[in-house]
Amino acid sequence: MTSPSSAGPASGAAKSAGGIDWLFLVAVLAIAAALARVIYYTPFEAVQGPAQKIFYLHLPAALDAFMAFGVVAISGIAYLWLGDLRLDRAAESSAEVGVVFTTVVLVTGPLWARPVWGTWWTWDARLTLTLFLWFIYVGYLVLRGAIDDRALRARYSAILGILGSLLIPFIHLSVYLFRTLHPRPIVIKPSAPSLPPEMLTTLAISFVAFTLFYLALVRQRYRLATERDLLELEEGR
Amino acid sequence: MAPSTLSAAFLIARKDLAIEFRTRTAFFSAAVFALLGIVIFYFAWDPTAVASIDLAPGVLWAIFTFSGLLGLQRSFGIEQADRAIDALLGAPITRESIYLGKAMANLVFVAAVQVIAIPAVQLFYGVPLLENAALLALIALLAAIGLVAVGTLFSAMAVNTKLAEMLLPVLSLPFFVPVVIPAAQATARLIAGRPGSEIVGWLKLLVAFDIVFVAACTLAFPFTIEE
Repeated sequence: MTSPSSAGPASGAAKSAGGIDWLFLVAVLAIAAALARVIYYTPFEAVQGPAQKIFYLHLPAALDAFMAFGVVAISGIAYLWLGDLRLDRAAESSAEVGVVFTTVVLVTGPLWARPVWGTWWTWDARLTLTLFLWFIYVGYLVLRGAIDDRALRARYSAILGILGSLLIPFIHLSVYLFRTLHPRPIVIKPSAPSLPPEMLTTLAISFVAFTLFYLALVRQRYRLATERDLLELEEGR
Repeated sequence: MAPSTLSAAFLIARKDLAIEFRTRTAFFSAAVFALLGIVIFYFAWDPTAVASIDLAPGVLWAIFTFSGLLGLQRSFGIEQADRAIDALLGAPITRESIYLGKAMANLVFVAAVQVIAIPAVQLFYGVPLLENAALLALIALLAAIGLVAVGTLFSAMAVNTKLAEMLLPVLSLPFFVPVVIPAAQATARLIAGRPGSEIVGWLKLLVAFDIVFVAACTLAFPFTIEE
């Protein structure tokens, strides 16, 4: 059925006890370095002033959140195909980190929008899409929590992860049409800014730092999932 | 002799509808729920500030969504009693036919609620919904297919979880967004007497959603049931 011997929790288990998680340490240092550059070594944007600097957290978090949900969908397809529980653990870990990153996007967005757009929230296409992204994957985590049977949890999560990724373009299209057919009062928007080199470099550094952080968190979460599966297996005996 | 997928699906749909027709519990509560919703929504706005023609399409589609959920919850719930689902799974029919049969029965259910709710909105809100009945029926059908395709799959999943029917809205509602937005927008343009070209784009979106999710959910369904 679903779990060939290779899918046993022990086989893919990483050693978690003791030792320093070097990836995590590097990721934290990279984030610190990126923040230092954002705060001290990147010029203010002429119009938006200091508020614009949140962009260096906002965009990398958003890109990594999308990547995280892509990983959930691909792991889901692969799981339904191969039935290897390691793939499900990867999906689970990536979804959880993705929700955290989406939360970062949803928190930093309004913080920036308040001074720049003059409102915390507007039903702009991208904002709406991000909000629904958050809802879909919070639902995904709720679903996982509601199923005890390990193989069933993996199958259902895979289905939801795949359908969720199919849904994203439809939500985007419908909210986009909604907005463009109903023009809103003009708000000050950065029209696809071609960033000056210093800002672009900062953005790139920040993106690398966030991606490292994503990988470190997923790896930690994956280890936790492996231990939990191992524990459940032992308790089951 | 094993029946083909489609004829087995029709049999299952007929079985579900026969149960529903004899008990009428879900349909009755969904219809009353829809009527109550229509009435309550009316009082949620100041009628002197918001014209009912602006309100009606949104109310109509919000109500369909929620009353549809009532029917969808039952879809696989009724198979849990006495583990009737085991008999379905043991039958010499494809898994896809179970999904399609359930979905067809749910489609009839949602359409029946719409048949009650649309005239009720026309009556209570005084908007010309039925003047363009054929086009409205098309919008309603396309939207209902999308809602039912996703809802039936999630209903099959939700009954096997600890949260059971509590989970269905949490899973389904984000998926209903790209159905409700085009349906409500198209309905609004229809009753405002806007030219058909303004509706076509929304209809295309509904058709695309239907094709993608009917296909994806039919493929995914066999994975939702225990082997």
